Amino acid sequence: MVGITSYGAYVPIYRLSRSELARAWAGGTAGGERAVANWDEDSITMGVAAALDCLRGIDHKLVDSLYFATTTSPFKESQCSTILTTATNMRRDVFTGDFADSLRSGTIALRAAIDAVKAGSAKRSLVVASDSRLGEPKSEYERLFGDGAAAVMVGDTDVIASIEGIYSHSDEIYDNWRRTKDDAVKMWEDRFVLTRGYELNFREAVSGIVNKYGLQAKDFAKVVYYAPDERRHREMAKELGLDKGQVQEPMFDSLGNTGCAFALMMLVAALEEAKPGHKILFVNYGNGADAFILQVTDEIEKSQNHSGVKGHLASKMQLPNYESYIRFRELMPVEMQRRPMIVSSAVQLWRSREWILGANASRCRRCGKHQFPPQRVCLGCQSKDDFDLVDISDWKGELFTFSKDNLALCPDPPVITCLADYEKKVRFYARMTDRDPEKIEVGMPLELTFRKIHEGAGFPNYFWKPSPIR
Amino acid sequence: MGNPAAIRDKVAIIGMGCTKFGENWDWSAEDMMIDATFEATEDAGIGLKDIEAAWVGTQQTGINGLLLAQPLKLGPIPITRVENGCATGIDTIRQAVHAIACGLYDIALCVGIEKLKESGFSGLPEFFFDPVYNQGATAPGRWAMAATRYFSSYGLTPEEGKTCLAKIAVKNHYNGSMSPKAHLQRKVTLEQALSAPIIAWPLGLFDCCAVTDGAAAAVVCRADMAKNFRNDYVLIKGIGLAMGPGWGKEDIDFSYDFMPETTRAGELAYEQAGITNPRKEISISQQHDCFTIAEMMEYEALQFSPRGQAKQDIDAGTFELTGELPVNTDGGLKSFGHPIGATGVRMVYECYKQLQGKAQLPERQLKNVKMALAMPQFGHIGFLGPIVCITALP
Repeated sequence: MVGITSYGAYVPIYRLSRSELARAWAGGTAGGERAVANWDEDSITMGVAAALDCLRGIDHKLVDSLYFATTTSPFKESQCSTILTTATNMRRDVFTGDFADSLRSGTIALRAAIDAVKAGSAKRSLVVASDSRLGEPKSEYERLFGDGAAAVMVGDTDVIASIEGIYSHSDEIYDNWRRTKDDAVKMWEDRFVLTRGYELNFREAVSGIVNKYGLQAKDFAKVVYYAPDERRHREMAKELGLDKGQVQEPMFDSLGNTGCAFALMMLVAALEEAKPGHKILFVNYGNGADAFILQVTDEIEKSQNHSGVKGHLASKMQLPNYESYIRFRELMPVEMQRRPMIVSSAVQLWRSREWILGANASRCRRCGKHQFPPQRVCLGCQSKDDFDLVDISDWKGELFTFSKDNLALCPDPPVITCLADYEKKVRFYARMTDRDPEKIEVGMPLELTFRKIHEGAGFPNYFWKPSPIR
Repeated sequence: MGNPAAIRDKVAIIGMGCTKFGENWDWSAEDMMIDATFEATEDAGIGLKDIEAAWVGTQQTGINGLLLAQPLKLGPIPITRVENGCATGIDTIRQAVHAIACGLYDIALCVGIEKLKESGFSGLPEFFFDPVYNQGATAPGRWAMAATRYFSSYGLTPEEGKTCLAKIAVKNHYNGSMSPKAHLQRKVTLEQALSAPIIAWPLGLFDCCAVTDGAAAAVVCRADMAKNFRNDYVLIKGIGLAMGPGWGKEDIDFSYDFMPETTRAGELAYEQAGITNPRKEISISQQHDCFTIAEMMEYEALQFSPRGQAKQDIDAGTFELTGELPVNTDGGLKSFGHPIGATGVRMVYECYKQLQGKAQLPERQLKNVKMALAMPQFGHIGFLGPIVCITALP
């Protein structure tokens, strides 16, 4: 049996209310709020967080392949998925691939993982989809979009939702697009986009899969499906004749449309509530459509201990205003601060990837002392090259000391430079993120989160940061 | 183990010079080295031709010994550039002291120089490619972490802690207001210090030293020939340097509320000088107040105050100009300024002038100055490089 064996998700802590967007642009509001990635987050960091949420309780070394889907890669060249496998300390022979450019790339990656497990080339394949799309300032998309990520593990043992059927087709249409030189999503006139893009393709996929497997809409306990917005989602439920209870809540009010991660995040939310025996229809759209039939198994009862969509949505901070959003997304050129230029070195990053990306501390084999960054000569007993690496990325800690630095370069001052003690073993020196500067105190509980720290040397530099426990 | 008293009373300072410290837009690094050196050689009554060897200390203003040879047209003689962070100035003197004490040279020149105001930055530039730890980190941010921890460890509320720091700022601004060569020459009130804009909480503007250009120089010679040049020469009693291991920020077993390296550097210098009760025997102390919290913690590291109890001495006025043990009599880094390579030499300059009774303004001259301490140090808590130099009249 091949299917989903674990799931996870990530929603950034910040929410921007749509009434604040309406205030900023003197417009009307659709209500609700959207998730906004912090200034130090991108599709890669959100993807790492979702992957780790999915990997809880699973030995990372057992993962055979990782597929990463995004339409907002920081790179045109250079793979994202290798950053994810390095950050999560997977094996060197893990098979990696990036799936890009289409809103459907998350489910394209999912199908590729299913095919790989079915073919026997992988026992466990992790699929991660993550997006942080930019809507043109003042546009409908700016209000509608949200940032987030989902992860599902596909395997052939301990399956919580088996894959019972797949249908896919492709279609060529300019409905939404971004050229390589565009930052914000472009669209054609909306009536065309909806009637000839979304609706036609969606109907084709649904009829395609139910006819192929001899099923009807009423056979599904839940129907989980993409729609560009709330109204289209509601209208599609009506057209398919779905009961209210069958429709997976699309989270437009609480999350926003998270691009290629959106449908998978809805699927994760559905799995969080699913009961053994449930049949789920899962449909995604973008340059065609993908449809899946899933059958929930008894194993679902054993899961989970994941923060998932529900946990992350419940944990939030309000972005005070649209100006903060402008700073986070760097929508305006700002005065350069008179501070030294931020630099970096690809050589040092490469040599230090086990700790900079992998969060590995050293533990001395002789005296047991832990150190981060790892040390060749032990600070406790001065023994040389006699240590093991220990992944501390999921350790819990508390704040030992801090400063609120207004001088340090940052789009969101003050910088909380701090020392944090993890598991009473490792003292970690870094900058705190996802924090309220008014609520910092010695002893506060902290965890670690993977973030982009700067773009010195012309590439994103990633590292771990302490953050209040979510 | 070697002989701790090996350099005691072997080397004398017979001349010193110091430029005006400040935003010296009008003078190049070369100009400042020339002015500091000529003031020192004229003070010693020697010519440039009498210098047998020289050391020039700078953190970032230049490289190698030609930095000093070129503006002064020295040599060919042995010249070495010294770099040891903020400890550079006194480590420059230490090189000359060791060479003269062993008998290799009779007369040597030591110059400390830094030209910081040509970068266009506020604050100090950074030079390292480390992708993680040096990027965007600031000195006030790191010292602010020490203040937070010190307050927390010893039960001071943020208000009590900030008041202690503000008193140090007020003292050093007051002392600087009477130093004609100081960068900042204005007094501030306790209220001003407490309500200043926050640079890195809990440190405000007046808790941070200025970014400054400057140079200072010393002519040193064999102690037994010093009286050929002057009667009020000053003797080197001891120089203690202590480094490492420098992982205090990353060491879970370190309490982060004291200065083990500075304590050690003090012990080494006291042992060399034969000092057993520093608080009683030291008359004045020039310390590294890059940030006021540093000066506060140094009172304890140098054994002037018991650990965790600097507040009592601050409140009692112990370290003020009129107190039992005046600290930073010329205004310190806070007011006199901190051109990194020059700072240690400037501290010794103030000790030298006070010992001789020749402080630049008579109202700042202290009575009965017998033993003086100078201590610059680089880094921050857990990562300190202190150097302690004790000087005294014969």
